[in-house]
Amino acid sequence: MSLKMDLEVKYGVLCIRLEGELDHHTADELREKVNHVMDDEPVHHILLNLGRLSFMDSSGLGVILGRYKRISGLGGEMVVCSISPAVRRLFELSGMFKIIRLETDEDYALHTLGVA
Amino acid sequence: MRNEMTLTFSAVSENESFARVTVAAFVAQLDPTLDELTEIKTVVSEAVTNCIIHGYENSGVGKVMINASLEDGVVTVNIHDDGVGIKNVEQAKQPLFTTKPELERSGMGFTIMENFMDHVTIETEEGKGTTIIMTKEIARNRAVCK
Repeated sequence: MSLKMDLEVKYGVLCIRLEGELDHHTADELREKVNHVMDDEPVHHILLNLGRLSFMDSSGLGVILGRYKRISGLGGEMVVCSISPAVRRLFELSGMFKIIRLETDEDYALHTLGVA
Repeated sequence: MRNEMTLTFSAVSENESFARVTVAAFVAQLDPTLDELTEIKTVVSEAVTNCIIHGYENSGVGKVMINASLEDGVVTVNIHDDGVGIKNVEQAKQPLFTTKPELERSGMGFTIMENFMDHVTIETEEGKGTTIIMTKEIARNRAVCK
């Protein structure tokens, strides 16, 4: 099982929808793809939809933190939604919720970012 | 009864998924919960990634060896590399500490291993390699009348 990535820029929000497994092997590809979109298009915020992510480890935390640094450096926000209990535990363990806001679903998360 | 298996594979990131799924499949015979299986998959992924990135410094050269055993409802997983070793183990265990920030490592590997397993031991020698020994009791086996 690998990682499927769906990236879409909606009203300046980069929506990253992940399905499958985010580990060291797949993190590199995700980093490249997200950086590529951010180089090409104006992105104000990032929304991470992890509803279909079945596995993540600390390499996933690393790549998410890296994108957080980039978007917060631009004055934007990162929001995560539809998170599984296992991924939630990793986020809690590493204090990610201190910097990344958690919302229940994508529509509501977009609404809180003022774009939908 | 003690039951064990050994797995040796090339230290490349393509094998991370293979390693964690294989160990999880072996442990499945103890009838763990889904949470316990996820924990085991995660710690195997952490330790194997460390072998690849830190032990062999992403060279793609070298082998990772995993030995897993089941005895009295306890899983023991040894993950070994013949890589560079860890210079400062106490520092490596600190949450958020990483020697490779440029690779966007989160520095959470050992913290996750220590949280998800009952015991974690690190044996390392500079220039020789590292072995991580982790144990976990599978809860369901505790309650079963033998």
